[in-house]
Amino acid sequence: MADAGMLRFHVPEPEVRPGGTPDFSNVTIAEAGSVPRPDIDVDPRTIRDMAFSIIRVLNRNGEAVGPWAGLLSSDELLEGLRHMMTLRTFDARMQMAQRQGKTSFYMQHLGEEAVSCAFRKALSPGDMNFPTYRQAGLLIADGYPMVTMMNQIYSNEADPLKGRQLPIMYSSKEHGFFSISGNLATQYIQAVGWAMASAISNDSKIAAAWIGDGSTAESDFHSALVFASTYKAPVVLNVVNNQWAISTFQGIARGGSGTFAARGLGFGIPSLRVDGNDYLAVHAVAKWAAERARNNLGPTLVEYVTYRAGAHSSSDDPSAYRPKTESDAWPLGDPVMRLKNHLIGLGVWSDERHAQAEAEILDTVIAAQKEAESHGTLHAGGKPSTREMFEGVFAEMPAHLRRQRQQAGV
Amino acid sequence: MPRRTMIEAIRDAMDVSMGRDDKVVVFGEDVGFFGGVFRVTHGLQAKYGKSRCFDAPINESGIVGSAIGMAAYGLKPCVEIQFADYMYPAYDQLTQEAARLRYRSNGDFTCPIVVRMPTGGGIFGGQTHSQSPEALFTHVSGLKTVVPSNPHDAKGLLIAAIEDPDPVIFLEPKRLYNGPFDGHHDRPITPWSKHELGEVADGHYTVPLGKAAIRRAGSAVTVLAYGTMVYVAQAAAEETGIDAEIIDLRTLLPLDLDTIVASVKKTGRCVIVHEATLTSGFGAELSALVQENCFYHLEAPVARVAGWDTPYPHAQEWDYFPGPARVGRALLETMGA
Ligand SMILES: Cc1ncc(C[n+]2csc(CCOP(=O)(O)OP(=O)(O)O)c2C)c(N)n1
Repeated sequence: MADAGMLRFHVPEPEVRPGGTPDFSNVTIAEAGSVPRPDIDVDPRTIRDMAFSIIRVLNRNGEAVGPWAGLLSSDELLEGLRHMMTLRTFDARMQMAQRQGKTSFYMQHLGEEAVSCAFRKALSPGDMNFPTYRQAGLLIADGYPMVTMMNQIYSNEADPLKGRQLPIMYSSKEHGFFSISGNLATQYIQAVGWAMASAISNDSKIAAAWIGDGSTAESDFHSALVFASTYKAPVVLNVVNNQWAISTFQGIARGGSGTFAARGLGFGIPSLRVDGNDYLAVHAVAKWAAERARNNLGPTLVEYVTYRAGAHSSSDDPSAYRPKTESDAWPLGDPVMRLKNHLIGLGVWSDERHAQAEAEILDTVIAAQKEAESHGTLHAGGKPSTREMFEGVFAEMPAHLRRQRQQAGV
Repeated sequence: MPRRTMIEAIRDAMDVSMGRDDKVVVFGEDVGFFGGVFRVTHGLQAKYGKSRCFDAPINESGIVGSAIGMAAYGLKPCVEIQFADYMYPAYDQLTQEAARLRYRSNGDFTCPIVVRMPTGGGIFGGQTHSQSPEALFTHVSGLKTVVPSNPHDAKGLLIAAIEDPDPVIFLEPKRLYNGPFDGHHDRPITPWSKHELGEVADGHYTVPLGKAAIRRAGSAVTVLAYGTMVYVAQAAAEETGIDAEIIDLRTLLPLDLDTIVASVKKTGRCVIVHEATLTSGFGAELSALVQENCFYHLEAPVARVAGWDTPYPHAQEWDYFPGPARVGRALLETMGA
């Protein structure tokens, strides 16, 4: 070989930057219905190609096609649509509340509603999610009261977490929703531990771990894969690939591995990619993975291919790092519209009913917001007592904290 | 009462706890089949089966992170980090996750885990097998930190730690595993089988967290020590002939401030001894507390003897280790001699 010359440092770059024309033509998207549905006890070595394809159910005409279709009744689908619409409306109102100074911070799910809403429906009571911050759909789809979510966001006197956590960092053991940490990825290995404990206890409950594409670069993601594969833990390992971390595109965390799902292959973990904007596909894959876990077949890694249509958080301005039109160019569409069109195609839904449902949902969300605001917002009205600040660090308050509470005069 | 080494006492604590409560699980690197590199968990897998005591991948963050998940489920994991020096990869899980889970979820989820790790030097372990990281834990709200100094306490404190509803860091001074060590490395140690503190009752008993023990009553000066340094302080008191009162803290957080304050008010003097590096060490906290609570009773400045602010050196181990000579000098200076 000829003299290689100086070494050059490589930093991956996204295809386009602001001002450019978004082009997703290089994203290979399998046709709906084209990816087979293996048995849950499949030998993972025989389905390695599934880590590079995309399971889709809804085709361009809004029809549900292929081996992953047909698991949900139209009533269940209508309920799913309502959950996604509720989450979207909730987000819009809370984003606005943040802009009005009623809370410090908010994070939206815009474009990703199908992922958490459909996943929740594949779990059973008692199962535990270890979510990150863009899975509030798990709560909405499980019937967790919106008012309580808002109380948490407002850190008001009715906040179940007593004002100790950033907005949207909910916790509900009862609804299978582990307390969210602001430290990315830590929950991933905790989920595996929870699943191991369930197996140790000969229980029937399973866990679900959640992480974003950017956060898969954290070592706890890899710890989780090692433990999950070593102990065949009953856990579904979810990666939500919404293309972006904050301003960092998915290629920075992914490196040259091809896909995030492919990360599971070296561990012998069955690894699937699914259209994250297709409610039916997400649900079908989640159910497949949950069944595997519950049948002692071990973990499954699922990559949800989706797009973060909104800003990263209320503190972010995506127009600084990606074209404004990129979200319109995203080839997998809007999950709400896709399910809506499917239901219209089935003859169980219509534009009029959709508009009516939108209005109803908005009323419900506004009513919840009014109720939550009657308990206070971050800077106005009722708030948790300062005394609460000293409680709950330990089961029993040690002497030094008691002294500090006295010093604080509360 | 049977005499046991500290290793046997700690193993016994886990054995008793696993026998009483099937929620207690034990795991860590080499902990299962082999029984740990110090053999602390030897025999537990054979007795309780592989789902109660097992080997973990070499992944400290994974060990602690999975233990947190298990605790959230309802188990009581007691995990081993092979050396305290290797807890740094797990530090995030310990300090931001285990320590805060109860608080951040308002009690919705709790984290009753115990993380055991051999700590301290005096074994020619070099920089990465000798560290004393206790101050990195006591600085964190939500963790309890325990350092036993003898087999009887080690068993009782570990059972108390396993039964505690909150996360407990259990630092095992490995130089004490087989006998008390007074810092005279050129002399043979008395094994625990010949030492009265090697007496460890069978069955279940606890030594409560947050209570210090007075190891030597005295009236001239109070020495605050824990772990190996308790014996070094005793040797220094004997060699100088100073009537020192030696307090073995046993738990650093929660701290038994009442015992400390009562003693310093009585003696009017205080010397603090630890193996960890001096700057920002736990001794700084103890010194501040003594000043705040006993200022008008003090007849000399509070003195600190600690490891130097260097990494733990291999060949110069005995110049680094705070031995009886250095502690003795501090005692004499504090007495104005
Ligand atoms: C350990 C850690 N490092 C950095 C951050 C700051 N941070 C918060 S969100 C975020 C991006 C995460 O991106 P991704 O995992 O792709 O999730 P997404 O926001 O796209 O849903 C970063 C860097 C953090 N919270 N925790």
